Amino acid sequence: MSYKAALRVWRGDHGQGDLADYTVEVNDGEVVLDVLHRLQATQAGDLAIRWNCKAGKCGSCSMEINGRPRLACMTRMSIFEPDEVLTITPLRTFPVIRDLVTDVSFNYEKAREIPSFTPDPSVGLGEFRMQQVDVQRSQEFRKCIECYLCQNTCHVIRDHPENEREFAGPRFLMRIAELEMHPADTADRREIAQDDFGLGYCNITKCCTEVCPENIKITDNALIPMKERVVSRKYDPLVWLGSKISRRPLGTDTPSIPGKKS
Amino acid sequence: MTDIERLPYDVVVIGAGGSGLRAAIEARLAGKRTAIISKSLFGKAHTVMAEGGCAAAMGNVNPNDNWMVHFRDTMRGGKFLNNPRMAELHAKEAPDRVYELEAWGALFDRTPDGKISQRNFGGHEYPRLAHVGDRTGLEMIRTLQQKVVALQQEDWIAHGDPEAMIKVYAETTITRLIKDGEGRIAGAFGYIRETGQFVVFEAPAVILATGGIGKTFKVSSNSWEYTGDGHALALLAGAKLLNMEFVQFHPTHMVWPISVRGLLVTESVRGDGGVLRNSEGRRYMFDYVPDVFRAQYADTEEEADRWYKDPDHNRRPPELLPRDEVARANNAEVKAGRGSPHGGVFLDIASRLQADEILRRLPSMYHQFKELADVDITKEPMEVGPAQHYVMGGVEVDPDTGESCVPGLFAAGEVSGGMHGSNRLGGNSLSDLLVFGRRAGQGAADYIERLGPKVPVADEAEISAAQAEALAPLHRSAGENPYTVHGEVQDTMSNLVGIIRTETEIKKALAELEQLKVRSSETSAEGGSAYNPGWHLALDLRNIMLMAECVAAAALERQESRGGHTRDDYPGMRPDWRKVNLVCGLEGDKITITKQPTPPMRDDLIALFDRAELKKYLSEEEMAALPPEAVPATASAASEEMH
Repeated sequence: MSYKAALRVWRGDHGQGDLADYTVEVNDGEVVLDVLHRLQATQAGDLAIRWNCKAGKCGSCSMEINGRPRLACMTRMSIFEPDEVLTITPLRTFPVIRDLVTDVSFNYEKAREIPSFTPDPSVGLGEFRMQQVDVQRSQEFRKCIECYLCQNTCHVIRDHPENEREFAGPRFLMRIAELEMHPADTADRREIAQDDFGLGYCNITKCCTEVCPENIKITDNALIPMKERVVSRKYDPLVWLGSKISRRPLGTDTPSIPGKKS
Repeated sequence: MTDIERLPYDVVVIGAGGSGLRAAIEARLAGKRTAIISKSLFGKAHTVMAEGGCAAAMGNVNPNDNWMVHFRDTMRGGKFLNNPRMAELHAKEAPDRVYELEAWGALFDRTPDGKISQRNFGGHEYPRLAHVGDRTGLEMIRTLQQKVVALQQEDWIAHGDPEAMIKVYAETTITRLIKDGEGRIAGAFGYIRETGQFVVFEAPAVILATGGIGKTFKVSSNSWEYTGDGHALALLAGAKLLNMEFVQFHPTHMVWPISVRGLLVTESVRGDGGVLRNSEGRRYMFDYVPDVFRAQYADTEEEADRWYKDPDHNRRPPELLPRDEVARANNAEVKAGRGSPHGGVFLDIASRLQADEILRRLPSMYHQFKELADVDITKEPMEVGPAQHYVMGGVEVDPDTGESCVPGLFAAGEVSGGMHGSNRLGGNSLSDLLVFGRRAGQGAADYIERLGPKVPVADEAEISAAQAEALAPLHRSAGENPYTVHGEVQDTMSNLVGIIRTETEIKKALAELEQLKVRSSETSAEGGSAYNPGWHLALDLRNIMLMAECVAAAALERQESRGGHTRDDYPGMRPDWRKVNLVCGLEGDKITITKQPTPPMRDDLIALFDRAELKKYLSEEEMAALPPEAVPATASAASEEMH
């Protein structure tokens, strides 16, 4: 079974552009990316699309389809009515490079500011011993394919670009949670999560969880537990007492990486 | 448009998948300023699609495993055409490379005693694959990506600039390698996708880590990037390609809906107990066990099923034969009219494992079938069929250093040849990336040390020629649509040089490719040079065409069937052909094929096999020449001696 779909695709670059109308053939079982590829091969050879695996594993083809952030390769055409007009636009939070491709370098910059995995240096190669039940928590977060749909959706930066400096976004707050829950990590990132990466901006509306194509429970399993850990670090009387009597000054945490405010 | 940006480095790594990142990390650790050229965004490379695991004889699940058993399995899987030194290094070094990932933050699934768990896979005698559910490749690429970031953070503190020593050039494509007047590598020419800006990376050492050639075929599990770039760059720079006739058709991919045809269904489904059935419900793999493997595989369903619980006293299920065998069997069942409704066969895990166990072990598979085909794999069988998955052939390199015959040019991972012989075992790719990625990084660093201060200087005429070549599709106004030509190349290769080949069909393919070559050089791209996929494809087409020609030409030459090369007109392996590697070169614009003897296997490696097994692969003269004292009657005796 095949039909002609009406598509409105954003074309343009660097802030200049408009929706362009196309009519493209759709066949049984196809996803939005198939239809965009057909458009590219037959009508618009220079239509810029970022894609790679077409299997939902690389997280490249993020875009907004009828206003909802999605992976084009995992969005089946059958969820739309044949006479429904599909409006396809680039991710709104990031600057457009061309057509459906955006500049996501913000995310790579944030990734570089988070203090890396810090194992105990005395553990030799092959000597780590970890239980499945303990690695499973961080494993859930490591399912992340870095499609940045959560980053694009989070209103803290979607509606307020001025927060970009202070706020790392759900993906990278989850990265901090992942390292914090990693059984072999020795660093403490609780304070910088709050002070440098803006955990406090998150008001747990769960929009990030809703758009995650990997179904990671970002809010429930990463962000909320992280908030709880930050609170216990700040207000646990024992921790407070310990910090008074040890030689480490209060508030000593794993230092941020240069480039982030210290 | 005429300005070309110059970027000086010590080492340029082309490719940001597993082997490229591992190579770059090693070069940086050796103190070399390193550029990583990534065709896509950082962290998106095809390695993310690897599902099943990374083969390394750690012996965590079965303590009988060791490098010698892994070496034997690898040679058997490749039908003894593997470069034995590569197979040896790979088997010996893979465990440390996996442990290294763990030390960099990777979280593999665990055994009950807290070690890295290992799973069964086709052709591997023991559970050997370190894994994370069915997303092992993603774990690997993310770990390597994060290790690069960790090194950048060290450099940030040490030099005040995170990119002082290692920098990723995302969405950048290399179209030509540049040499000096003496034929040594002096750099690489390419463009940055976002702007179309041309760049020359000026560097004495280039490591190719570009992966495979899947986009030469219509139905392939490979991603967008797999256009044979590194293979083609090497050929054009004067290096040689080995074994290009050996293309792996992995036995299980989705066959429906049409748009996802070729989407990989991991071998772990079979490793974890899944079985293949035809439309009559018959578990047909028992009918396809070839003589060379009969001793190691069960001949009844009862024995095969007992093996999952008691592998020491039962033989393996035939569903876990090497991939080439299973792919041919699946193909044959469909051809015989016993296929599934959409032209595949049935892969059943639903009746073999509890639903919650399937969800835990194979979450991506569950997700993929549910989302894309409305099939619940915990309740019903999957429909699967073979698709192009991997190329065994690649750049001929020195096993220890990864260096090609062009001074300063190195290769690692799928773009290099020899390691896997005629067929790669599942799980041996991720380990290959790590072992030889590291070696190539070290090899390049050592080469630069030997070179001293007088580094090769890029030939300006080569740079100008590369620029003109890259601009041509944009300047040509009335050329053909590159998408159309690409589609036709894929049709030709899939229809005529696919899983089963004959002389008549390959000759027909070569004739069609001759026409397509002319058309591919006359395509034009509408639009400008900034992020223009039509232009990029027009440039990639040169590489795709070269790969199609190499595969077809080598396939015509090899008159036997072995591993990933099946000739209907020459069925069966021929011992004389085991001694021959086919080597592709380029003279002018013509592909040349020459025969070259395969490298000999050292006596201590030969001694890991017993005579009865060697007889299945070696010619009578070779058998007669074997040192009698070195080769015992049974191989197990040999491996015990070497413990």
